[in-house]
Amino acid sequence: METGFRVAPARRLGHLDVLESHAVFVIREVAAECERPVLLFSAGKDSAVLAHLAYKAFSPSPIPFPFMHVDTGDNFDEVIDFRDRRVSQLGADLVIASVQQSIDAGRVADPGAGASRNRLQSVTLLDAIALHGFDACLGGARRDEDKARAKERVLSFRDTFGQWDPRRQRPELWQLYHGKVNRGEHLRAFPLSDWTELDIWSYIERESVELPSIYFAHRRRVVERDGMLLAVSPSLPPRRGEPVEDALVRFRTVGDATCTGAVRSQARNVAEVIAEVRSTRVSERGATRADDKVSESSMEDRKREGYF
Amino acid sequence: MSQLVTGVERSEASTVELAPEPLPAPQPGHAPESELLRFAAVGSVDDGKSTLIGRLLYDTKQLFEDHIEALASASRRRGAGEMDLSLLTDGLRAEREQGITIDVAYRYAATPRRKFIIADCPGHLQYTRNMATGASNADLALVVVDASVGVRDQTRRHLCIAAILGVRHVLVAVNKMDLVGWDPSAYQVVAEDLANLSSLLGVKSLQAVPVSALDGDNVAERSQNCPWYSGPTVLDALHQADAGVWSHEEDGSGGARLPVQIVARRPGGGRCYSGLLSGDRLAVGDEVVVLSSGLRSRIAEIWGLDGPKERAVPAESVSVTLADDLDVSRGDLIAARDGAPHPVRDVEASVCWFGQDPLRTGGRYRIKHTTLLTRAEVIAVDGRLDVSDLRLVASDQLADNEIGIVRFLTAAPLAVDPYRRNRVTGSFIVVDEVTNVTVGAAMVGRPHVAG
Repeated sequence: METGFRVAPARRLGHLDVLESHAVFVIREVAAECERPVLLFSAGKDSAVLAHLAYKAFSPSPIPFPFMHVDTGDNFDEVIDFRDRRVSQLGADLVIASVQQSIDAGRVADPGAGASRNRLQSVTLLDAIALHGFDACLGGARRDEDKARAKERVLSFRDTFGQWDPRRQRPELWQLYHGKVNRGEHLRAFPLSDWTELDIWSYIERESVELPSIYFAHRRRVVERDGMLLAVSPSLPPRRGEPVEDALVRFRTVGDATCTGAVRSQARNVAEVIAEVRSTRVSERGATRADDKVSESSMEDRKREGYF
Repeated sequence: MSQLVTGVERSEASTVELAPEPLPAPQPGHAPESELLRFAAVGSVDDGKSTLIGRLLYDTKQLFEDHIEALASASRRRGAGEMDLSLLTDGLRAEREQGITIDVAYRYAATPRRKFIIADCPGHLQYTRNMATGASNADLALVVVDASVGVRDQTRRHLCIAAILGVRHVLVAVNKMDLVGWDPSAYQVVAEDLANLSSLLGVKSLQAVPVSALDGDNVAERSQNCPWYSGPTVLDALHQADAGVWSHEEDGSGGARLPVQIVARRPGGGRCYSGLLSGDRLAVGDEVVVLSSGLRSRIAEIWGLDGPKERAVPAESVSVTLADDLDVSRGDLIAARDGAPHPVRDVEASVCWFGQDPLRTGGRYRIKHTTLLTRAEVIAVDGRLDVSDLRLVASDQLADNEIGIVRFLTAAPLAVDPYRRNRVTGSFIVVDEVTNVTVGAAMVGRPHVAG
């Protein structure tokens, strides 16, 4: 045995190539081992990268599974336009699971005008999984987003109630991902687990991955609420006496319009966004997600309920 | 009981401090992307793994302001003083309540020189399966030891599992040096003990650093408290260690291995086979054999993720076509003809067992080897490893968290390499047939200590 470390020799694959090849490997394993996988497509940057990777994994054959969007009804128009255009370019089938339908069917209570429907998505998602018989959901979640996600396996098991049990996760050795589940159970598969926000943006730049325009600086009417800039819309009207500002902003994450905050930014293209991400001192979700501000364990609690 | 420690030159490991070689100057035209080093922080509970990782992230400025704020307020709520850095990686409610790590937390750090993927592993015996999950993909094990307590059984167990899982480099952080007044002999005792153990376990290189994670001594910043230590800081050592992409032998001597994940029809006719390459490079024209059929052919074309190419490298997802029309399906292995494995049904492996029920002779399981799912029966347990003295003890079963040597009879033949030669083709998982839970990690061949 040597004492001390010898200086590393130059390697053959850079880290983005390693991450890309690994993500493709995971997507192919899920497609091969699971009977009815589906790709969760919110049309945000992570799912746009995931869709791009799925395309590369099977090209020139078509992507062998459908996409699914869990639609809270509170959307940014630019995101829905992008979603429909991208799905049709990729030739994928799109399943829309609607929170409004869950409300109409009495599965969940309407939180009322101006309140976020974000958390209701879990019920809609689980109902859609059961309805379509999906046994694996590919998602774009990353471990660097949140401390509960940092704990999750690449192939993460959900019981018949759709619940994640963080205290009893299955061992996941090497890159031996096994996708077998019993009827009624399912897997969440996260091929981007080891990617950071900067990796995502570097990859978007390298591969020219198209994104919804709201990721880049634009003028928008916003209100400042709980330290966040929220876009004014019919589902998020300004409160009485709340000043509305016309600001130059962009979104760092794209989720439900009622709980996704904008950040002040002048970054108009990918290179400028990367420069901004490199220098930022506030995390992605910390800057922009009201849903994570509730408590220290917000994400863990939602994930236990089946949230993605 | 048999003594298994033979032929190891202990003198190799006796000096634990060695001035590192200087880093090479950056080369013009070198790939713009940085290298990736995956490491696992292991060691016994309460020796300070999470605090050390937290300190490393804090001192290398990887933390966002909102994370630091959240940490400061959580620390105050728990009366943990100004800043309890361990709360950074203990992401589950139960973990924060109990102040222990239950499952691996993955953290990411980037310096101008490297990208790091960090697996902060739990120290408790009952969560050994989660520690193995974190260590199975690591290039390096960061073994954290409390200098005021010394090396514990659980430290030895973790080092043992990490080494059996093939971690080649061991970085020992002799922590809490402030509690022993920075006494060099406390450092020396731990460093020498783990150097000896590592040497017996076949670890390639080792570096031991005296640190105080709480105060940040020798983590990212050089400490003023130990003029007697001239070696690298933890961060220096992480920059120096070999960042081999974990599953791929650095010298390529393993031979190219492409387990077939999916088979697709080409638009112009013919079929192509996709998978993740390991072992060595693969080039158009290379002579290959398809296992387990044993049929031979040549690589006709290679597609990377960006189109056709002449050669592919390990860790790359590729698709290939063969010069001959053969029957190839998922679960088959395309291997370089020279040194290709011979498929076998009788496989001897080192097994880390995580099952609630013990592994016993006659037990039947599902197994997954590369992309092949099949069944296997345990035909013999050849003993279990006593981690306190690295002896193989006679035993006909393996209980939860035990390591042993097991012979399996598989339903389908497996094209296996020794684990030491290729981590991909040399490993398989053992899965409970009813619950689908992974209950064992199997590495083909005997571990170094039992070789």
